[in-house]
Amino acid sequence: MKIGTPKEVFDGEARVAMTPDSALQLQKLGYECAIETGAGAAAGFSDATYKAAGVEIVKTAAALWKAADVVAKVRQPNETELKRLREGQTLISFFNPAANEAGMEAAKSKGATVIAMEMVPRISRAQKMDALSSMANIAGYRAVIEAGNNFGRFFTGQITAAGKVPPAKVLVVGAGVAGLAAIGTATSLGAITYAFDVRPEVAEQVESMGAEFVFLDFEETQQDGAATGGYASVSSPEFREAQLAKFRELAPEVDIVITTALIPNREAPELWTEDMVAAMKPGSVIVDLAAEKGGNCKLTVMDEKIVTENGVTIIGYTDFPSRMAAQASTLYSTNIRHMMTDLTPNKDGQVVQNMEDDVIRGATVTHDHAITFPPPPPKVAAIAAQKPKEKAKELTAEEKRAAETAAFKAQTKSQVTLLAVGAILMMIVGAFAPESFMSHFTVFALACFVGFQVIWGVSHSLHTPLMAVTNAISGIVVLGALLQVGSGNWLVVVLSAVSILIATINIVGGFMVTRRMLAMFQKS
Amino acid sequence: MSIGIVSAAYIAAAVLFILSLGGLSGQESAKRAVWYGIVGMGLAVVATIFGPGMGNLLVVILMVGAGAFIGQLVAKKVEMTEMPQLVAALHSFVGLAAVLIGFNAQFEMSRVAEIMASAPTSLNETGLLAWLHEQGIDGFAGKVAHKTAVELNILKVEVFLGVFIGAVTFTGSIIAFGKLAGKVDGKAKKLPGGHMLNAAAAAGSLILLVIYFNTGALWPLILMTLLAFFIGYHLIMGIGGADMPVVVSMLNSYSGWAAAAIGFSLGNDLLIVTGALVGSSGAILSYIMCKAMNRSFISVILGGFGGTTGPQMEVEGEQIAIDADGVAAALDEADSIIIIPGYGMAVAQAQQSVSELTKRLRAKGKNVRFAIHPVAGRLPGHMNVLLAEAKVPYDIVMEMDEINDDFPTTDVAIVIGSNDIVNPAAQEDPNSPIAGMPVLECWKAKQVFVSKRGQGTGYSGIENPLFYKENTRMFYGDAKKSLDELLTKIS
Repeated sequence: MKIGTPKEVFDGEARVAMTPDSALQLQKLGYECAIETGAGAAAGFSDATYKAAGVEIVKTAAALWKAADVVAKVRQPNETELKRLREGQTLISFFNPAANEAGMEAAKSKGATVIAMEMVPRISRAQKMDALSSMANIAGYRAVIEAGNNFGRFFTGQITAAGKVPPAKVLVVGAGVAGLAAIGTATSLGAITYAFDVRPEVAEQVESMGAEFVFLDFEETQQDGAATGGYASVSSPEFREAQLAKFRELAPEVDIVITTALIPNREAPELWTEDMVAAMKPGSVIVDLAAEKGGNCKLTVMDEKIVTENGVTIIGYTDFPSRMAAQASTLYSTNIRHMMTDLTPNKDGQVVQNMEDDVIRGATVTHDHAITFPPPPPKVAAIAAQKPKEKAKELTAEEKRAAETAAFKAQTKSQVTLLAVGAILMMIVGAFAPESFMSHFTVFALACFVGFQVIWGVSHSLHTPLMAVTNAISGIVVLGALLQVGSGNWLVVVLSAVSILIATINIVGGFMVTRRMLAMFQKS
Repeated sequence: MSIGIVSAAYIAAAVLFILSLGGLSGQESAKRAVWYGIVGMGLAVVATIFGPGMGNLLVVILMVGAGAFIGQLVAKKVEMTEMPQLVAALHSFVGLAAVLIGFNAQFEMSRVAEIMASAPTSLNETGLLAWLHEQGIDGFAGKVAHKTAVELNILKVEVFLGVFIGAVTFTGSIIAFGKLAGKVDGKAKKLPGGHMLNAAAAAGSLILLVIYFNTGALWPLILMTLLAFFIGYHLIMGIGGADMPVVVSMLNSYSGWAAAAIGFSLGNDLLIVTGALVGSSGAILSYIMCKAMNRSFISVILGGFGGTTGPQMEVEGEQIAIDADGVAAALDEADSIIIIPGYGMAVAQAQQSVSELTKRLRAKGKNVRFAIHPVAGRLPGHMNVLLAEAKVPYDIVMEMDEINDDFPTTDVAIVIGSNDIVNPAAQEDPNSPIAGMPVLECWKAKQVFVSKRGQGTGYSGIENPLFYKENTRMFYGDAKKSLDELLTKIS
């Protein structure tokens, strides 16, 4: 089968869904690759490099859509592109199915299969094809770079001959993939970074990236992020108030604010209000990564950079990944390639649309003349639900004492029973056995008792030397053989001699190996 | 040397043996303790050789010399990873010696009985003694000659018991040796009939005891020895690899009881004391090992894991692999690291690489510690010895109870060749066959790396949910090779 990638038609889109590298990998899966001429030019991949990778260059978009069995692209297809779909063709692309009823209808009536890259479920196995995450990673990085570009000072604090420079303070709101990438970039540039998220369980991730998590002084059991597939959900009005109050407190201090708060299938929540913008120092920068969904700041203008009256720059670009087209194309094409790997289990260049597979099922929005969106929930939970911790019951002093006395009584009872049973057994033996036996038996019982007392004190780490030493001293049976070897019976002498031999091996071997082992134990 | 001095030497030896075992409570005192043991043994042997009733001194010297030579040769040559095999092999020697000595006692008994029957009835007590001496009845045989009828009967039971325990220890230890050395298949195997066969053999032995008790003939003793050989063989064949720590300590215990039984038949108190010490030591070790697996001694001996009560928890997710670069990067960032070694480390002989890794990480100021599960490896304390051999300082090697609470504050836990002892199913899944077994809670660390040969399950055949946890990464490959590769990335 043939995989084709057309040139993106969306205005200003520089990314491309196939790179020369990914084409080589796709060919290994048994596919032929084709690309529309100039498709990679904006991302820095020339037709010549594609050709060198064995990709067929097609002159027009129409010809490419006709020739390809699988079309891989980046942006949601427009009407013209949807018309070009045909029976049995597979389209892999961002599709925005939740708000693209018309697009799904069109694909359904054409009988094409559409795999929407944003619908890849968030499970461990599908991470390698999670294009939302790879694009968000770029957006987070680029957001800090754009902010720095518009910020008139250093990120890092410096003390130079020309004076002292304070470090910039960066606040990242929303610690998803983009937020974490932004945190990482900002901290590595040397800024003091704060981060906030409504999901308290991400505090650890935030701190691992080197930022400080902003905790709210708020008592409410937050819904576990696990219940919503790892995404944030709508929070209560009280919580929102506490959150805004905290931001108001921070606004005069921070130099750069990067907001990334998005809730799936909803307008972006307003988190950075006008009065906060007004409270910020002149020269501060806000980067609103939620601009496409209305923005976390209401002043944000989508796709534009504005400067407020008090000199705060607000950046509302929505094309951060496209601004880093080479990187974004490499990552996106790799996501596509992984998707193809899953779609091609036999590596024979034939797509197998296995609707039993969680990942493929989840991402497919139209297939075989039917709309298959929304998908059923995946069989594998994205994140294991945290089990509520059981608190150990605090015992009162009396209860503790009562438990201790009960334990002590039980112990006494078992010991007394054991002693009584032991004494009776001894008496039975004593009643029948002669005196010479009883004297030996006394020695035996006492030795057992001493053994039990002594061995409990042996350190766990010395159990192997203990075995070796007991082994050596159990070679004491040699005494038995020594006492018999003087016998007049030749058979007894031979057997005794053999016993002496092996018992001596035991004694010498056991002691020497113990010494060897113990000599190895060293203190640091 | 008079009998009094010999007795004094025996008392001294018994005290020294007790001190020797007691001294093993700490690494430093243990180095002194082993000398107590050696001196005690020397005293006992010398006192016996030069004591009354000895003969054939040339044979004794020859045998002791040869035995000492072979013993030191073995002790010097053995690899620390082969310790389980060596210990098992040495146990079999004690067992065999006990069997031989028991048979000797039987031969002496019948010889004495024959001669006594032909003794002239006219002799008085002293005359009889002198006459017996003329007939060559000395030492042990002399003692037998003075026994009353009841005492002779007790002697028979003692001999019978000594031979029985010795024989079980002998074949059992040989099979344990074979399994540990990889010469016999490590899986649990039973002949058709299972434990009924063992029970039948034991019942047969009991019948033979009654016959032997009444007749004093040789043949029931020989037949019983064969049955006991079978019991030892079959019992240990039915126990699988991971239960070996229990088996070895159990055989250790048996070898002690065999020595004690021989002590009874020979009327030698030192043998009784030492046998009892060794026997109780082995019994306690077995108890500790069983507790560490949350299994009863009986269920270990009967082999196989106990019955489960319901379907096991489904394991969801997938095992995510990682390469040496990833592990090296994570270790570079970590401040606190806990390493959990298991039998896999011993098999791959990876302890030197582990030690080198530890050294380098500690040089960077990281807090590196080891967590040792009581049943890690194939011998109680096996891991401690291997780590000590590789010069890992013992004060960073922790027991399970000491370190289990520290995992939540640990950055990286590295699992090297262990499986069941780090299985969270023991705590999370009440239907798991290992439910309730105390385990090392490594999954509470921020990140877990598992060095493992492949995707297979552990000895118990139970899926390990640890491998599927979000913070777990699988570092596949032979432990030694993987670690050596890792070492090239960490300077």
